Amino acid sequence: MATSLQLRRRRMLRRVHRVPLRRVLAVIFVSVMACMSIIPLYWMVVTAFQQPTLSVTFPPKWFPSPPTMRNFNALFARSHLFQWTLNSAIVSVTITASLVFTSTLAGYAFAKKQFFGRNVLFWTYVGSMMVPGQVTLIPLYLLMNRLGLRDTYAGIILPAVASPFGVFLMKQYIQTLPSVLIDAARIDGCSEFGVFTRIVLPLARPGMAVLAIFTFVDQWNDFLWPFIITSRATMRTLPVGLALLQEEVPLDFNLLMAGATYAAVPMILVFLFFQRYFLRGITVGAVKG
Amino acid sequence: MIRRFVRDPWAYAFILPSFVFFAVFFLFPVVWGIVMSFRYYTLVGSEWVGFDNYRYIFTDDPLFWRSLRNTAYYAAGVVPLWLGKALLISLLIFPFRKSIQTFFKAAFYLPHVTSAVIISMIWLWIFNPPFGLLNYILGTRDFAWLGNTATAMPALILMQVIMGGGSSIVLISAALGSIPSDYYEAAELDGATPWQQAVRITLPLLKPTLLYLVVMGTISSFQVFTNIYLMTKGGPQFSTVTIVYLIYETAFRIYDFGAASAMAVILFIIIFLFGLAQFKWLGTDVEY
Repeated sequence: MATSLQLRRRRMLRRVHRVPLRRVLAVIFVSVMACMSIIPLYWMVVTAFQQPTLSVTFPPKWFPSPPTMRNFNALFARSHLFQWTLNSAIVSVTITASLVFTSTLAGYAFAKKQFFGRNVLFWTYVGSMMVPGQVTLIPLYLLMNRLGLRDTYAGIILPAVASPFGVFLMKQYIQTLPSVLIDAARIDGCSEFGVFTRIVLPLARPGMAVLAIFTFVDQWNDFLWPFIITSRATMRTLPVGLALLQEEVPLDFNLLMAGATYAAVPMILVFLFFQRYFLRGITVGAVKG
Repeated sequence: MIRRFVRDPWAYAFILPSFVFFAVFFLFPVVWGIVMSFRYYTLVGSEWVGFDNYRYIFTDDPLFWRSLRNTAYYAAGVVPLWLGKALLISLLIFPFRKSIQTFFKAAFYLPHVTSAVIISMIWLWIFNPPFGLLNYILGTRDFAWLGNTATAMPALILMQVIMGGGSSIVLISAALGSIPSDYYEAAELDGATPWQQAVRITLPLLKPTLLYLVVMGTISSFQVFTNIYLMTKGGPQFSTVTIVYLIYETAFRIYDFGAASAMAVILFIIIFLFGLAQFKWLGTDVEY
């Protein structure tokens, strides 16, 4: 009897000791895993600021010693980096603004209005999310060709303006807003457009922010469509320009990593600033069933 | 009568801007794409050929089956590893304070905000035979990970698993947070070990989230293109030719739009089936 009690007490004591150790091990393990996915990014930055001769020595240098800007200078000298940045900015901003605009309008109608064909139309939107982009890739290319929109901003932007996902997201969000406010405004004599701009728009802002941030990052990073629809060097977006630079000088890692750093750092900063929106937005975006 | 059907005509005005673009740049191209798969279609002209394109890709194109197998290999490697990683990390960070959890979530999510182009460029440098980081760390000097038929695909999978998982961790953590703690307290009282709690409570309640992630992960793995285009171009010896890469080559290198469209339709059917499976599985959601 006494021995079993002693045993139990000893076991409890051991458990008290074990918990912190287990937690320490958990932190170490998770940190190692996190480092594995961050070291490549760190390595990109190191290589970008490294003297070219030091990148091909063993063992690898974990710090740029001393840091140099010459890779960036060389990059600006040999590529249209500034033009690509401008293109990426124009394309991403235009798509984000127009996508959020059209999605919020349509999302509002689906969320708060009753009309003939509502369900059919909504399920067409939802169903279209299942269609992989590759199905429309070739027809879109031929369509843009025929419209003479290859190598133009419009050619890159137009296919991305309407987003089924955006409409779906905004519908889900606006649905949670109280209808009472909308009805009250209408009773007070507000026009349909007024209801939208004065009531719905201000209330839907958090949902729009999530959609805007994800759209902007997606578009900034998008590769396949701008790659196919542009061919002139001055019309490329940053990812396309960098991909083609990779093909031009596959072994100049300092130059390539300078380009990669240049394109990645703005997005990393955006992420660090709006981290809250990002992490919340992921759960908003993934809707089950 | 009309008023009863069209209860709120303003709705159409609100939907119109979105719908115009949706119709012109999605609905119309989808229909065109499906029609195109039944035509012999090149830049100079086209003619109706029935199922010839499908017959061609399934029997005469030496690469189509290969690309399906390669893509399945890629997905079968990426999805379990990446989900296992996400699940393990979510479970490990869950007991910690909110701030620590957020820190790790942000750390794992960070690679997601960089373009696949940039990730591919970095890993080309890491995989580089004489001077890359990987050979240095593993002590395998000069080994060409991407230049070897046996290691090229595993290398691409490894890269995807290491850089991925961030958004899944956020989703799994959210699902973990929504499990009521009473369940664990009750289990504790009944003398359940942590392992039993994980297997009997946590996993069953996470099932909908995990299934969702399996389906989404499989769908996006089936559409892998950028990594392949930048890192291997389908080589060596076609060991990394995936469906979308083959569609790209067929359409924009050989300009056989008909065959490429047929491949895209097959991909659509595959993805549709995965989506359908998810819809069926998740029809019954877990209630707490």
